[in-house]
Amino acid sequence: MSTTATTRPTPATAAIKPKAGWQHALGDIRNTFRMLRRNRGGFIGFLLVVGMLLISFVGPLFVELDTVNRISRVFAPASREFPLGTDFQGRSVWPQVVHGGRQAITVALLAATISTVISVVLGALSAYIGGRTDSLITAVADVMLTLPQFILLAVLAAIYRPRTVFFLAVVLGLITWPALLRAVRAQALSIRERDYIEAARSLGLGRWHVIVSEILPNMAGFIIISFILSMTAAMIAQVNLVALGLVPISGTNWAITIFKAQQTGAIYFPDSLFYILGPIIAIVIFQFGLVLLTRSLEEIFNPRLRGNL
Amino acid sequence: MATEIIQPGQVRRPPVSTPAASALGRLLNNYVVKSLLKALFTIWFVATLIFFLVRLLPSNPIDVFIQEAIVMRGLSVDQARVEAESLFALDLDRPLPLQYLDYLKQLVTFNLGQSIVSKGTPVSSIIMTFLPWTLFTVGTGLLISFVLGIVLGTLAAYRRGTWIDNVISTFAAFMEGIPQFVLGLVIIVFFGVRLQWFNIASQRGAYTPGIEIGLNGPFLWDVLKHAWLPIVAYVLTTVSRWILLMKNATTASLEEDYVNVARARGLEDRRIASAYVARNSILPLVTYAAIALGFSLGGAAIFEQVFVYRGIGQRLNEALNARDYPVMQGILLVLTISVVVSNLLADVLYGRIDPRIRIAGGSRR
Repeated sequence: MSTTATTRPTPATAAIKPKAGWQHALGDIRNTFRMLRRNRGGFIGFLLVVGMLLISFVGPLFVELDTVNRISRVFAPASREFPLGTDFQGRSVWPQVVHGGRQAITVALLAATISTVISVVLGALSAYIGGRTDSLITAVADVMLTLPQFILLAVLAAIYRPRTVFFLAVVLGLITWPALLRAVRAQALSIRERDYIEAARSLGLGRWHVIVSEILPNMAGFIIISFILSMTAAMIAQVNLVALGLVPISGTNWAITIFKAQQTGAIYFPDSLFYILGPIIAIVIFQFGLVLLTRSLEEIFNPRLRGNL
Repeated sequence: MATEIIQPGQVRRPPVSTPAASALGRLLNNYVVKSLLKALFTIWFVATLIFFLVRLLPSNPIDVFIQEAIVMRGLSVDQARVEAESLFALDLDRPLPLQYLDYLKQLVTFNLGQSIVSKGTPVSSIIMTFLPWTLFTVGTGLLISFVLGIVLGTLAAYRRGTWIDNVISTFAAFMEGIPQFVLGLVIIVFFGVRLQWFNIASQRGAYTPGIEIGLNGPFLWDVLKHAWLPIVAYVLTTVSRWILLMKNATTASLEEDYVNVARARGLEDRRIASAYVARNSILPLVTYAAIALGFSLGGAAIFEQVFVYRGIGQRLNEALNARDYPVMQGILLVLTISVVVSNLLADVLYGRIDPRIRIAGGSRR
């Protein structure tokens, strides 16, 4: 139905919209960065996240993963040779922390992408079409929100044992979208009522066109916040699932390193303090950075929270 | 809507619906009835989801069980099927729709099958043994964190921009992203092993084995001594959300006209804070209560494993790792029911506190 609508721009539309929606959104993002730099918490959060991303994705190029088993140096304390000590097989922990972020962050990114795409598409559709579609989508989201999600997730993982990173991310993403959907829908509902949407509709632009180039760009900031929020949620769920021993994925992963440390009793050895703390601090820094980032983005996009009384 | 306004010149038509139908319609529009229906629907939805997950999808638990019984224990196909039928409480020969009806009928009578691992133990009795401990610790934890969140959130909103606000908000942001597993380990490593504030080994279980069970002082004290660790953990993992919600809601309502009017009327600050600001700001927190419960029950699966507390979360872990499907699905169902029921209570309570919701008869924002 939108085949006719895509053959634009007519002079009329060009006059009404001097800037295309997404171009405008990009400008907004640049603006946001400028405000972020002035927001102390947000800037610290941004630095923490970028720092952890660098360590996790660039760090492995410089730090080699230690695969040598040293039976005599099991649970060694931190030293010059092993900055964070050694694990239950005598391997150096520090490289595991450097290498462990890639998989953990990739899972979180993938899961967040899946859940954000689902919630944004369904939320925008739901708000724009309304009626029965809206009631159905919100009802399903409502029901899923009332469930003890992690328990459901654990049962699903126990039945299907996600063996690949991608499968794990899909399961995480499919569980976490309802929380975002409500917020996206509320946001889209308020945008729908604005004049420029009315204008676009009266120009006969198709439904998808209105959603994709009018409604979504105006929600860009909001979508970024949702994305980061679901990343933190996915990271938490991932660590917890690994902790229950339900994710037989291989590879080096912060969560797996912590889990192994707990399983082998390293938490009770005074020498192994840094073995257990290394990956924990990595996760905590990354998560703290993400949360700080969302908090300050919320303040930037919602000036009501900013003002002093 | 009930009163009809008859315009001049308009012919009055007889009402289309019969009195009975309109009574039903009114009942369905009732706020409480609506919430109740939603709750029942949610429970049915989860029960159905479990049914199809366990029975229909490829490599489903029942097929796996039968296959393993044949391969590992040398049973014949028929023997394996009979065993599966009794353990999962179903009749494999009946067509699927009838199996589904049977399953629903059994759920209503609370027959959840038997444990595969400890044969002969009904799932319902397992749940009755372990659930109370978890509900006790999670409930207490949520209550404490709710009150704490209101106090700290209000404080942060009133002292916006000061160091108090900074400390509270940073703490909340910090706790928000920490996985339960990480928090549990940090508590054990720092306060248990390093600082020796408590003895980890004597914390295990819901009470000390061998102690006389009953409503006596020493037993209750012992129960508290075992429960405080998980309770602290639930408080720490949920308080950040309450703080944030309360702070934002309070900041918003401080700008409302009725607060300005109350100030202009010369009311005491304390009275404005409690009767005008807090009363309105708590509303969004009530809607979050049921979600927080679901979240904490999920946390129970982690904390009870880390602290070795004998609640439903730990029992669930055992079932998950042993692939004890009847126990798994029973626990999932019962926890869902707990969350749904508390959601229902929150809905009804919300309608009580906020008349706008009841009158509109609609859903919460």
